[in-house]
Amino acid sequence: MFKRTDNWSELTWQQKRDLRFNKWISGEGIKFVDKEAEKNYQARATRLAQAAKMEIPDRVPCAVPTGWFPAMNAGITLKEAMYNPEKMKWAWLKFVDEYDSDTFDGTILFQAPVSDIMIDKTMKWPGHGLPDNSHSAYQYIEGEYMKADEYDIFMKDPFDFQLRYLLPRTTGIFEPFKDIPSFSSYQGLPQRLMAMSLDPKFQKFLKAIQDAGKQIPALRKADSETTQAAAAKGFPMFRGGLAIAPFDVFADNLRGTQGIFTDMFRQPDKIHEAMEFVLPKLLSGAISMADATDCPVVMMPLHKGDDAFMSDKQFETFYWPTFKRLLLEMIEEGLVPFPVAEGAYNRRLEYISDMPKSGVIWMFDQTDMANAKKTVGRVSCIAGNVPVSLAYTGSVEEMEAYCKKLIETCAPGGGYILSGGTTFDMAKPENLRIMMESAKKYGYYK
Amino acid sequence: MSGDYVNLLADLKEDEVLALTKKRLDAKEDPMKILEDSRKGMEVVGSRFAGGEYFLPELVFSGELLKQINELVKPHLKGAVTQKKIGKVVIGTVAGDIHDIGLNIVDFMLDVNGFEVTNLGVDVPIEKFIKAVKDTKTTILGLSGFLTPAFDAMKETVEALEKEGLRKNLKIMIGGGQMDDDVRKYAKADAYGKDAMAAVALSKKWIGAA
Repeated sequence: MFKRTDNWSELTWQQKRDLRFNKWISGEGIKFVDKEAEKNYQARATRLAQAAKMEIPDRVPCAVPTGWFPAMNAGITLKEAMYNPEKMKWAWLKFVDEYDSDTFDGTILFQAPVSDIMIDKTMKWPGHGLPDNSHSAYQYIEGEYMKADEYDIFMKDPFDFQLRYLLPRTTGIFEPFKDIPSFSSYQGLPQRLMAMSLDPKFQKFLKAIQDAGKQIPALRKADSETTQAAAAKGFPMFRGGLAIAPFDVFADNLRGTQGIFTDMFRQPDKIHEAMEFVLPKLLSGAISMADATDCPVVMMPLHKGDDAFMSDKQFETFYWPTFKRLLLEMIEEGLVPFPVAEGAYNRRLEYISDMPKSGVIWMFDQTDMANAKKTVGRVSCIAGNVPVSLAYTGSVEEMEAYCKKLIETCAPGGGYILSGGTTFDMAKPENLRIMMESAKKYGYYK
Repeated sequence: MSGDYVNLLADLKEDEVLALTKKRLDAKEDPMKILEDSRKGMEVVGSRFAGGEYFLPELVFSGELLKQINELVKPHLKGAVTQKKIGKVVIGTVAGDIHDIGLNIVDFMLDVNGFEVTNLGVDVPIEKFIKAVKDTKTTILGLSGFLTPAFDAMKETVEALEKEGLRKNLKIMIGGGQMDDDVRKYAKADAYGKDAMAAVALSKKWIGAA
């Protein structure tokens, strides 16, 4: 748990960030397997932090984006990895023993046994809408989980909105809540709860919550033991928290693509008001996650603001202003926002270059990296772009050539991390290995 | 009046275009003429999208307007509406993948460019593609996918069509998310299209209209 110094408010953002980074690099609290592992952990974390700060590390760091690959590598199905925490742990640690990387990419974030009991209606996963042997882990079902006229309900009382509007639509066991009066009163709660406990509908709900809760300890244990064991073997996790852009809160989760794009014409002011409303919540969420994990890097998957989704004008009006403020406020707290620009950001490069130098790390998917280096690369560390299609279908030679070219284009002057454009849920093992080897072969700074 | 109508729809003036629809219906105008104008309006939307003036929000909203226009006009129609189409295309997101944003843009753009589109939706099993190719006798198939499992699903779909003896007269294009020319080679498709405009250009080329 990160503790702020007494003079925290007098520090510059760079000082705050260094305190956070130093704590992370130190590996304090990790029970390293040996001295060598501790040395490797600190060398990797230092390399990543230096790249993030646009200093020149010993060599280009390489973050192999492994996603669900460890399951494929260990020969277990994704369903097994999701439902059997011990098997997941075994597969992920097997991967750690077999592959080199400057990071540990983390375990799975999806709790299938819990989602089963809760009747998650927003996801499909193997055994639940997807075949048992599916190569795809879980997929999100977009929907208008918040209706067009519910922005005000959401902003007036997010708790009430969640309980009586959102959850009954997204999570089956909460369905009975759609028919009851609001709980948001200053009195009468004990009586309401007692009456509910006698109602078979809510008894079913309470039982499901309890059953789902019983699944949590085993899942959490496997997850934290895996992450701790990877760290103990010398592999730092380069992600202390997750956040998303204010626009995507609505475009991805609440209103969906169809809903938000219609709102842009019919009620643009509501979108702006609602984005202002969620901004401080996104910020405080990011800070508490980074504090808890002792890692200042906050990953931010971005979706509906890419080149194909909206025009420059729409990006500049709807997407960028609140997102930019969120980034700036995170930086001010000493956090390191790590936006993952899925799709292409070629027309966004100029906007996103308007940031304090070394404040942000940008991960790109299909963006032109030479242009990125020339623009946003002047002020921010950049990463990514190795295509998963190449990792899965290409030859080792092609993979090496791609990584070499990326390093030659992006590494000069520092501020570059070799990584994938997206996670490599599927890849040829030799292509993952050559990625790391390329960083070692071509990535040393003289 | 019909020129204004086309522009109001193309400029996405919701209130105005709906008011004018009602006015034209009240004046007992031939509903087919209104539908023809709305088709022209959507064509303009399509060409503005292709030209980089419009983006996804405009496409989505124009679709929303068209839906409302159709609802207003429908009660006044006598008999079925038939439109001359320049060619057939079957599209769908391959098995195991449930993403459809890109798929629906391709559907929209092919439709406004005069193609008869059979959209099989998402997570389409191989057999369904085979049946649709047989039933429609299409010469063009578009496979959509977003995630990595689509690589293999596309490959398996193409192989199955080959096995059925349907591949010879069929052009197959792929697109979406993490698809690219490497995946095209891997899946043995004929072309990769990076966006909906590419899907239109390829389809036109393949029917000999471009």
